[in-house]
Amino acid sequence: MSAVEKMTNAETRLARVSLPDGFGPQRRAALDRLNAMGLPGRRDEYWRWTNPTDFIAPDPVPAAPFSDDEPEIFGEIDRLKIVFRDGVFDAEASDDLSMSGVEILRLADAPDVSWASSLYGTLEANGQDPVKRPFAALNTASATDGVLIRVTGVAEKPVSLIYTHESETSDPILHHLVKLEEGAEITVLENGPAGARFNKLMEVDVAKGAKFHHIRVQGRDHERRAVTSIFTRVAEEGLFKSFTLTSNGVLTRNECVIDIVGDDANAHVAGAALGDGKTGKFHHDDTVFITHGAERGESRQVFKKVLKNGAEGIFQGKILVKPGAQKTDGYQISQSLLLDENSQFLAKPELEIYADDVQCSHGSTTGAIDETALFYLRSRGVPEEEATALLVLSFVADAIEEIEEERFRDAILTRLEGWLARHRG
Amino acid sequence: MLDIKNLHVKLEEEDKQILKGVNLSVESGKVHAIMGPNGSGKSTLSYVLSGRDGYEVTEGEAHLNDTDLLDSEPEERAAAGLFLAFQYPVEIPGVGNMTFLRTALNAQRKARGEEEISAGDFLKLVRGKAKSLKIDADMLKRPVNVGFSGGEKKRNEILQMAILEPKMCILDETDSGLDVDAMRLVAEGVNALRDEGRSFLVITHYQRLLDHIKPDVVHIMADGRIIETGGPELALEVEKNGYADLLAKHGISEVMA
Repeated sequence: MSAVEKMTNAETRLARVSLPDGFGPQRRAALDRLNAMGLPGRRDEYWRWTNPTDFIAPDPVPAAPFSDDEPEIFGEIDRLKIVFRDGVFDAEASDDLSMSGVEILRLADAPDVSWASSLYGTLEANGQDPVKRPFAALNTASATDGVLIRVTGVAEKPVSLIYTHESETSDPILHHLVKLEEGAEITVLENGPAGARFNKLMEVDVAKGAKFHHIRVQGRDHERRAVTSIFTRVAEEGLFKSFTLTSNGVLTRNECVIDIVGDDANAHVAGAALGDGKTGKFHHDDTVFITHGAERGESRQVFKKVLKNGAEGIFQGKILVKPGAQKTDGYQISQSLLLDENSQFLAKPELEIYADDVQCSHGSTTGAIDETALFYLRSRGVPEEEATALLVLSFVADAIEEIEEERFRDAILTRLEGWLARHRG
Repeated sequence: MLDIKNLHVKLEEEDKQILKGVNLSVESGKVHAIMGPNGSGKSTLSYVLSGRDGYEVTEGEAHLNDTDLLDSEPEERAAAGLFLAFQYPVEIPGVGNMTFLRTALNAQRKARGEEEISAGDFLKLVRGKAKSLKIDADMLKRPVNVGFSGGEKKRNEILQMAILEPKMCILDETDSGLDVDAMRLVAEGVNALRDEGRSFLVITHYQRLLDHIKPDVVHIMADGRIIETGGPELALEVEKNGYADLLAKHGISEVMA
C-alpha cells in the first residue's frame, strides 16, 4: 500500500468521526486531541512492530462470526451479566443492572451525572503523554455504547461484560468507566469477540484503599481485530489487577496505561496469549506503560506468549519512576514459548527511573519447549503431545497466578486446556 | 526381564563413542548394581535405555521382556514397564505434583488398554504411598519438584515409581546429593518395592547406597563396557581399593576414564 493511500485512509477515517450524544465537551476535546496527533503510521515508535493499517481503514475487514459449542467461559460464575451484541447493549440478554453498592448506567443513554462527566476521557487524556494513543482518543470521541460503573461498597458479585459478534462488518466502539470509591471493590469480567473490528476503552479510577480486579478473555474468533486500551489511576493503598487471556484473532493490540498516584498502591497487569497461525494469521501486541508517581508503589507486568505456525507476539512495556517515587518496586517479565521456528516474538522493555531508592527489574526470554522436561514427562509415560501441552500450561502458569480468585483461574485453565487440545501437533 | 546385547552408542552431535559393547541381563526380581568411574558410560546407558534424544545406537539391541526398547518412544518404554529415576529430577513450575502423577498413571494405563483410575482411588493410592516415603500433602500439592530439597526430589522419584509400579527400575545415582537420613529413606522406599516381578538396575559411584539396597549382582563399568561382574563383594572391593587395579587389569588408562 502506498503512503498516499494510507494518508487517504486516515483522512477518511478522521473525517467520518461523528460525536454521539452525551459527554459533548469531553468528546470534542478528544476529537481535537485526535486531529492534533493524527492516526499512527509504521514510523511511530510504538507501532513499528504492529501494522495499524487495519485499525485505520475507514471500514473494517469483514470477519465471519465464529460459532462453537464450547460453553461460555464464565457461564458457571454467579455474576451480573451485561451483553453487547455487535457493540450494542442488549437489555434482554442482560441481567437487571441493579446491585447493592454498585451503580450501573449505559453510555448510550447519555446520562448527565457529575461523577461520569468528570471521569469520561480524563484518564485517557492524561495517558496521552508522553506516548500518543490515537485509537484511544478516537474511542473517547466516538464511542457509541458502554457501561458506566460506580462502586461504593464491596460488590456482591462480578460484573460480566459479554461481547457477541454476529455481523460480518460490525465495527463497535465501546467506552466503559469504572469508578471505585474509597474502600470499594469489584471484579469486572470481559469475554467475547464483539465485532469484526473492536475498539474498546476502559477508564478505571481506583480511590484510596479500593480494589479492582479484571479478568478478560479475548475470544476465539479467528478473523476478528481488536484495539483495546485500559487507563487507570490508582490512589493510596489502592489495588489494580488485570489479566487477559487471548487465543486466536488476526490482530490484537492491548494497551494498558497505569498511573500510580497514591502511596502504597499496587498495580498488576498480566497476560497469556496463545496463537496458532494455522487457523489464520495471529498477531498479538501488549503495550504497557506504568508510571510510579508516589512512594512504595508496587507494580508487576507478567506476559506470556505461546506461538506456533508463524504467529507473532509483541511486548512493549515501560516502567517510569518519577522523582520522589521512592521505594518503588517495579517488576516486569515478558516471555515467549515458540513451538516452531516460524513464529516470532519481539520485546521492548523500558525502564526510566528518576528516583534513587527504587527496585526495578525486567526480563524477557524467548525459547522452545525444554527438551529435558519433555523427556522427563515422556519417561513417565506421558505421550509427547500431552507432555507438550503440560509444559505450555507450566509456561503460562506465572501469568495465571496473577489472578487472585481460584474460580477464575480454573475457568481460564479450562479454556487453555481446550485450546491446547484443539491445537496439538 | 532386561536384555542388553552388544550395545554401542555414540553421541549424535559429535563423533564420540560412549558405549562400546555393553552386555547385560537382569533377571526378574533381581537387583543389579552398576558401579564405575566418572565418564564410564553409566548414565548414558540409563538414558539410552529410556529413550532420551542425543544418542545414536550404532550397534546392538536392548529388550524389556518382549518390547524392543530401542525401537520405542520413551512413553512406550514407560508403558512397557521401564522407569528411570533421574539423577537430577526436573522441576516443572505450574504443574501440580498430583496432576503430574495422575496424568502419567492414566497415560500408561491408557497405553496398556486399561481403564483410567478414578479421582477417589487415585487420591487413596497416592496418600498411602506418600505416607511411607514421608511425603506430606504440601509436597503433593506443590508444582513438580519446584522448591524441593535434594532429598525431597529423590523421594518424589521413588513416589512416582511406587505409583507407576514399573517392572524394571533404573536408579541413576539416586544417592547423589543425599545425606545419610535421606538416603536411608530412599533406600527403604526402594526396598519396599522389591518384588519377584520387579527388577532394579542401581547405578552408583559409591558402595554406601548398596549397604541399604543390597544387590544380587554387581557390575563394574569402564570405558563403555562392563569389565567385571560379581556378587556384593565386588562393590566392597572397589570401595576398599578404588578402580585403579581393575582398570589396569583390563588395560584401561585412568586418564581416559
